[in-house]
Amino acid sequence: MELKLSEADAAFRHEVGAFVESKLPPEIRRKVELGLRLGKADYVTWQKILYEKGWSAPAWPKELGGTGWSPVQRYIFEEELALGATPPIIAFGLQMVGPVLIAFGSQAQKEHYLPRILASEDWWCQGYSEPGAGSDLAALKTRALRDGGNYIVNGAKTWTTYAQHADMMFCLVRTAETGKKQEGISFLLIDMKSPGVTVRPITTIDGGQEINEVFLDDVRVPAENLVGEEGKGWTIAKFLLGHERTGIAAVGRSKKQLRRVREIAARELSEGRPLIEQERFREKIAEVEVDLLALESVVLRVLSDEAAGRAPGPQASLLKIKGTEVQQAITELLFEAVGNYAHPYVAEALEAGWNEAPIGPDYAATIAPHYFNWRKASIYGGTNEIQKNIIAKMVLGF
Amino acid sequence: MDGGLTEEQNLLKDSVERFIERDYPFDTRRELAAGEEGFSHAVWARFAEFGWLAAPLPEAHGGLGGSPVEVAILMEAFGRGLVLEPYLSTVILGGGLLSLAGSDAQKAALLPAIAEGRLMLAFAYAEPQSRYNPSDVETRAEPRGDAYLLNGRKSVVFHAATADKLIVSARTAGEARDAAGIGLFLVDREAEGLTLRAYPTVDGLRAAELRLEDVRVDGGAAVGEAGGALPIIEQVLDRATIAVCAEAVGTMGVLLEATRAYLETRTQFGAPIGSFQVLQHRVVDMFMAYELSRALVYRAAAAAEDAADRAAAASAAKVQVGKAGRMIGQAAIQLHGGMGMTEEFAVGHHFKRLSMIGALFGDTDHHLRRFAALRRAS
Repeated sequence: MELKLSEADAAFRHEVGAFVESKLPPEIRRKVELGLRLGKADYVTWQKILYEKGWSAPAWPKELGGTGWSPVQRYIFEEELALGATPPIIAFGLQMVGPVLIAFGSQAQKEHYLPRILASEDWWCQGYSEPGAGSDLAALKTRALRDGGNYIVNGAKTWTTYAQHADMMFCLVRTAETGKKQEGISFLLIDMKSPGVTVRPITTIDGGQEINEVFLDDVRVPAENLVGEEGKGWTIAKFLLGHERTGIAAVGRSKKQLRRVREIAARELSEGRPLIEQERFREKIAEVEVDLLALESVVLRVLSDEAAGRAPGPQASLLKIKGTEVQQAITELLFEAVGNYAHPYVAEALEAGWNEAPIGPDYAATIAPHYFNWRKASIYGGTNEIQKNIIAKMVLGF
Repeated sequence: MDGGLTEEQNLLKDSVERFIERDYPFDTRRELAAGEEGFSHAVWARFAEFGWLAAPLPEAHGGLGGSPVEVAILMEAFGRGLVLEPYLSTVILGGGLLSLAGSDAQKAALLPAIAEGRLMLAFAYAEPQSRYNPSDVETRAEPRGDAYLLNGRKSVVFHAATADKLIVSARTAGEARDAAGIGLFLVDREAEGLTLRAYPTVDGLRAAELRLEDVRVDGGAAVGEAGGALPIIEQVLDRATIAVCAEAVGTMGVLLEATRAYLETRTQFGAPIGSFQVLQHRVVDMFMAYELSRALVYRAAAAAEDAADRAAAASAAKVQVGKAGRMIGQAAIQLHGGMGMTEEFAVGHHFKRLSMIGALFGDTDHHLRRFAALRRAS
């Protein structure tokens, strides 16, 4: 069942693995291995290392900084990055607004932003959800009124991941109140340092602060920051939903986490024996592993379709649903594996640089917060219920 | 009125639910959880005043002689309020061990003090290697004339730092996981040689790691027969298991009501999201799991005094509550969307408590295995 690779692809896998091994700073690797909180600098440092190598945006066209790799190579690359305990790539710039600008941006926008995105010079966030517009994203109310050479933007965005780190936000705004609600939406790039932008972090149930409210009060945005035509924001948002669909399954990250389950279960004791020797626990790991194999099989089919130039079907929703289900199942296994040591919560123990001895085993501190935090995965990026609606409509034709 | 309860039990239920509703709001609970000790002594004094601390203790020693059903009623309401006070540690675990195995002198000295709110206890039974097996005890108690010397480590001891005394399980004979050779010892929290490392838990409670280095206790500190404590420990842990299952039922009830209400008020696509059948069915699943759990837990509470039935009843309740709790907790978060993920909102705190009850006194797999083994033996 192992991935059968050509000699060239096997050599490529080796090359990527060796690169990660030699270039990833050990302190960042340690944080990722232990599931400690990553700071802005950890992500940016790693993305800049990839940039120096020319690997920061493999899927972009080669002339704009992409690598020209085959879809299978891109998959191998993502998997090696995950298995090597690298920080996840922050998608908003490299995998979201970058491709949007490539497809819809003006020449000036491409020239200005693409090199900066490639080099991780700007941190981007996504201004989509609003208090009244979550699953029903098209109900968004943030207004952008044209005033000479500017848009005046008023409204509030919420659940905005890493807005507190962001230099720029790509934002869905309402530029027209008439007609179909989707047709009054435009795609605007907002400088987070503009007067009138206020970011308020939201603490989540794991004690972390990844998401934010973003208030926009009379924010003046130059009209040249409109991407595509006014009123075409929904088209762009839909383009993004289907873009780089295979990454959303996070197969490599789940493989890495399953390894972690096995490592922890080998160290945890139950009735005086390693937990991993307990049949029921082994079978529960196996069950998730089979799910993951099936998921990976779909990913590989999508990739081979892409390599053969066939347009893939609307698989993104399937990959999102199953991918997040697998990720969440793994957090449950980890939670079960650590037994009583799921209980302690020392906030400092989730940060790097905490020098006290851990309470219980060193791997235990992050397990319960991680389980809590990962409930987000079936909510963000379009809830799994919305994804099922998409499959029902687009695939099954209901 | 709850059909399965007596008139007195219904009165107790009304009064404890009213207290939680009026006097234990979520914001107060949050402040308490963030405070130094993690709970309120004033609230504890009121529990004493209402007779709740005395409820399950024997009448001969200042108690009210209530059954596990009264305990379940209290715990269910405590689950609704996410009560932080050490009822489980002091009354159910500590009071339970003393009631069952304490000497007359111990009972006379300690049980009235518990009932009056003057004494807090904690039960140190788990160890770093023990997971959910209370006989996996490596801590030693060596006889020294009329006294004992205790050495070892205890893990995740709830409410240890605020307890006046700890009850510690330790071996006087045998090896880890032998059924025989385990004793229970009362140890002052200030005892020489006892080191506590206290910390908060992920659900807002307090616990501690204990290190015992030549902690000396006199012979009068032994609770019950030194060497024969395992059956007592198991009995009390079964009662405690049923009690936290009742707490979980309270928490599930809140999540079910909150989710149902949210689906009625949250509007998307021009309609309350509760009008979407797929979401209705998810809430129906929550409702069914809640009803099944509640019925089984009260049945288990009624069986808890029956020696032949108790262990299987506790494990059955824990399996049901473990599965239902995970499903209901996860569904509540999912159906609240981003709101459910926020620290500001009560739903997430109920989800966390429910998750942690899942890992308390043995998880679903542990109790499933135990239930199957008990069934095979019977």
